[in-house]
Amino acid sequence: MRKLLRTIFLMDLFQGLWVTFRSQHTKNIYTEQYPAERPQVAERYRGAPRLNSNPETGETLCISCDLCAIACPEQLIVVTSERNPETRRKDLTEFTYDVSRCMFCGLCEDACPVDALELTQDFELAQYNREGLIWDRQMLEEGPKPTQYRS
Amino acid sequence: MATQTFLDANELVLNMGPQHPSTHGVLRVILKLDGETVTGTDCVIGYLHRGVEKIGENRTYAMFAPYVDRMDYVASISNGLGYCLAVEKLMGLEAPPRAAAVRVILTELNRIASHLIWLGTHALDIGAITPLFYTMREREEALKIFENYCGARLTTHAFRIGGLQYETYDGFEEQVKKFCDDFEPRVDEYETLLTSNRIWVDRLKGIGILNADDCKQYGVTGPMLRAAGVKWDIRKALPYSGYEQYDFEIPTCESGDTYDRYIVRMLEMRQSVRIIRQAVAAIPEGAIMAKVPKVIKPPMGEVYVSIESPKGELGYYIVSDGTLQPYRVRVRPPSFVNLQSLDKMAKGGLIADIVAIIGTIDIVLGEVDR
Repeated sequence: MRKLLRTIFLMDLFQGLWVTFRSQHTKNIYTEQYPAERPQVAERYRGAPRLNSNPETGETLCISCDLCAIACPEQLIVVTSERNPETRRKDLTEFTYDVSRCMFCGLCEDACPVDALELTQDFELAQYNREGLIWDRQMLEEGPKPTQYRS
Repeated sequence: MATQTFLDANELVLNMGPQHPSTHGVLRVILKLDGETVTGTDCVIGYLHRGVEKIGENRTYAMFAPYVDRMDYVASISNGLGYCLAVEKLMGLEAPPRAAAVRVILTELNRIASHLIWLGTHALDIGAITPLFYTMREREEALKIFENYCGARLTTHAFRIGGLQYETYDGFEEQVKKFCDDFEPRVDEYETLLTSNRIWVDRLKGIGILNADDCKQYGVTGPMLRAAGVKWDIRKALPYSGYEQYDFEIPTCESGDTYDRYIVRMLEMRQSVRIIRQAVAAIPEGAIMAKVPKVIKPPMGEVYVSIESPKGELGYYIVSDGTLQPYRVRVRPPSFVNLQSLDKMAKGGLIADIVAIIGTIDIVLGEVDR
């Protein structure tokens, strides 16, 4: 009798729907609306490389010591410099970083003695061709500019 | 006697893979079938071969650490731990207690993440789609902890030779504790979905039996061995990284079929939570890096270190000739060794059970092919 009433009033269906309904709470939704809504990655995220410069003077922090190029397992960093005759120090001329071969292990960042080379929170690195992934000094200092979509 | 026609020939050779979704990557299994019964299998591997061991001979010790993460990429932290322990043993170093505790927490979290992805995909292979969504949700929480800690989610490169590169972040302990609290009821949730589900039990019970003697003969380790009733866990047998301080059990079952392996892995996840709780409650203070020379140059010699990775015994054999680069790095991957028992388990079974058996071995082809 009880079973018949349950069948007539579709109790099992409502029980199931209640479970579905309960999961509709915004707290329980895990989907990210990606291009419109960007995830906040961790502070230590190892993403696109960046060559930092002094915020006040705009001069690069890199001292062209070549330690990052030595530390890199894939040998994808090329640092060129020339000796400044006045200050007797090396001035950075060109800094090439091949992102297409990078595995973002963070060894270059650890090797840098002056925190000039850093792996940042930018994670959108897609390019239209492979040449675009070989970043020169200007690209490394400015960082990638991904398209922003309106939500 | 009737003459034989081509219709009488009932043996069929069938290729499964390398692009079959249930082979978990690029495994090709050549099946010899008699109707629906499997009379023989042959695994073809090597589609994901990258020559990791050879790369190791051309890199310095510190440089090779990111590459080992890419072998078993669902349990990269365990791979990194094994490699770091091996080089540390070669150099006669030991990681400080604080580093060891953090290593244990992250490795156990990684074990949970690895078992979760196994559970989701294994259930998906058999036809239960729902658990995958739940397991991915919980795995995400574990991966967020890795991301916050070291900046990468999958191929983490979390540990360095001699200890840790990164200090724990603010709120690390709270986040790990919250993960443990949230996770335990969710294991119960999976169990309500699967453990006594009739379709699940019918598909798994008595399938792919591998008893203890066969396991030992094939060198099978990890949850597969424990499901056959052998209480063998390297964390207990040869403790490393301070596992002897923690109180946990080795879950075992008796019959060694596919269902028992499922049960063992579920219990292992609970034990991992138990270890994490103990470890996170008492992270010692102090240094995170031992006194490691700037240039890692181990003395001449050889070393073998094995750890309990989520899939079984993961061993690293490193020969040093006293230079900056290892002379030889040999990895004993658990997936590769466990995979060879496939033929024994599959013979005489049905073709539909092959999927369940491959799923239950828990292979990662990155590790099989290296």
